[in-house]
Amino acid sequence: MDSDVETVRRTAALARLEITDEEAERLGPQFARILAAFRVLASLDVEGAEAMTHASGEESVLRADEERPSLPVDAALSNAPRRVDDFYGVPKTIGGDG
Amino acid sequence: MSADAATLAAAVARGERGARSVVAEALERIEAGDDAVRAFYRVDRDAALARAEALDARVAAGEDVGPLAGVPVALKGNMCLEGSEAHCGSRVLAGYRPPYTATFVRRLLDAGAVVVGMTNMDEFAMGSSGENSAYGVARNPWDPERTPGGSSAGSAAAVAAGFVPLALGSDTGGSVRQPASFCGISGFKPTYGRVSRYGLIAYGSSLDQVAPLARSVRDLELLFEAISGRDPLDSTCIDDDPVRPLEGEGLAGKRVGVPREYLSDDLDAGVRARVDAALETLGQLGAEVVPVSLPHTEHAVPAYYVVATAEASSNLARYDGVRYGLRAPGDGSLQGMIAATRDAGFGDEVKRRILLGTYVLSSGYYDAWYGRAQRVRGLIARDFARAFEEVDFVAGPTSPTPAFRLGELIEDPVAMYLSDVLTVPVSLAGLPAVSVPCGTTDVALPVGLQLVGRRLADAELLAAARTYQEATEHHLARPQGVPA
Repeated sequence: MDSDVETVRRTAALARLEITDEEAERLGPQFARILAAFRVLASLDVEGAEAMTHASGEESVLRADEERPSLPVDAALSNAPRRVDDFYGVPKTIGGDG
Repeated sequence: MSADAATLAAAVARGERGARSVVAEALERIEAGDDAVRAFYRVDRDAALARAEALDARVAAGEDVGPLAGVPVALKGNMCLEGSEAHCGSRVLAGYRPPYTATFVRRLLDAGAVVVGMTNMDEFAMGSSGENSAYGVARNPWDPERTPGGSSAGSAAAVAAGFVPLALGSDTGGSVRQPASFCGISGFKPTYGRVSRYGLIAYGSSLDQVAPLARSVRDLELLFEAISGRDPLDSTCIDDDPVRPLEGEGLAGKRVGVPREYLSDDLDAGVRARVDAALETLGQLGAEVVPVSLPHTEHAVPAYYVVATAEASSNLARYDGVRYGLRAPGDGSLQGMIAATRDAGFGDEVKRRILLGTYVLSSGYYDAWYGRAQRVRGLIARDFARAFEEVDFVAGPTSPTPAFRLGELIEDPVAMYLSDVLTVPVSLAGLPAVSVPCGTTDVALPVGLQLVGRRLADAELLAAARTYQEATEHHLARPQGVPA
């Protein structure tokens, strides 16, 4: 098994992406080419450089802990592929049909 | 539209022209021209006309309906307007009707604007050509064989084709500036945090900004003032008032730095010639044009694609078939349903970026890739900070080439990524930047001049761009068949 294809398969599993064999074969070499092009990052001396995690400059602040109107349940569930009462419906995870 | 937004809004506000007539004209132009351009995936004809009539009734009753009175606006497909399908160009969000309205859309409506429809885009804003869409590929009004740019492909094409005077796009790594450049219009990415992201469907949250497109800088200023300002619903939104346009001249006595790294040999000759001429014009308008250096420019594309894809892999984890959009049953288990939904719902480029983002965040690779890219991002921001100790603005081309042909780069992701080399550094640094037309190449393709400002100096930057624009006529050029 080609290692690039295997990397793609392993990463896809982490990302909860089900990819077909054909997709893995196609994405593997592309993925390798992208990483190769980006390896220039490794050549740079980043000693002493501060990691920039965001660009906002704002302090994240919490508002007062007061009750406020929020999205009504029907609106929040309006796009649900499956609704069960006031909940999202999903396949069973324990027992039953798996 | 033949008139600009400021003129239209003034005429509507004074009762000289009905909002209905303005909106009907936009709808007629879309109907006549959009089969060829494919800017829109949805046109809300009845809702737009009804809203225009309501505005006219308010004007007749003596009400002030706002600075964008009756102005038709197009929204990119990643923007939430309650009840209006926003699928982000993705199968995974097919049929998604947001149950709420974005803050910036609410402000547009409060300012009197009329939303006429939603525009085509690269899936989840991932692309530089508009081709990564599950719904339709927009075309460049200057040459239908070429891309209007991306990812705000339809929004830029809609303005360039004269369908609407204003459109909103989003700019994560250049997705408004590059299409503005390719389509011969003006596009502005504000300082990160100037416009609330509440209701903008996320791609890379530390980079995404809502960004206006128009034919003139004056219209960009009008639209920007309407949508900017603090919003308690977005904790990264800057705690400041809406940004008012600075009146008067914006270039005399200013220093403009031209990064030598932006004028490499890879630049298209036509782009180089138009940008050189534009820099000369800046000098004639009283600016002092000097060379500067942004030494980490070549590292910006990889740093950007590591940071943006890492954030995307996290943001797009929400598309799991549970709460909205597509659900594919898979093998019937919960995990199987999630994986099958994501496989069926996402296109190739989105999968590539989720994979890349997941990889650079995964155990054993995090420090070497994501951690390092964040530090490189810091170096790039420092490059700009140092340049801005010497100059007021940085100037150069928006894109190394004019609009490329549809299909030309789509099979080569690396080449497509590298085409973003002149826009992503600004995005990483969170700075404001505007692209304005500076002429056309020998084969009649528009070229954009990018001006970059200091953080929070949005108004000064727009004033400088307006000064350049009003001294030139490049923004008045129209594609064949589009009235001036």
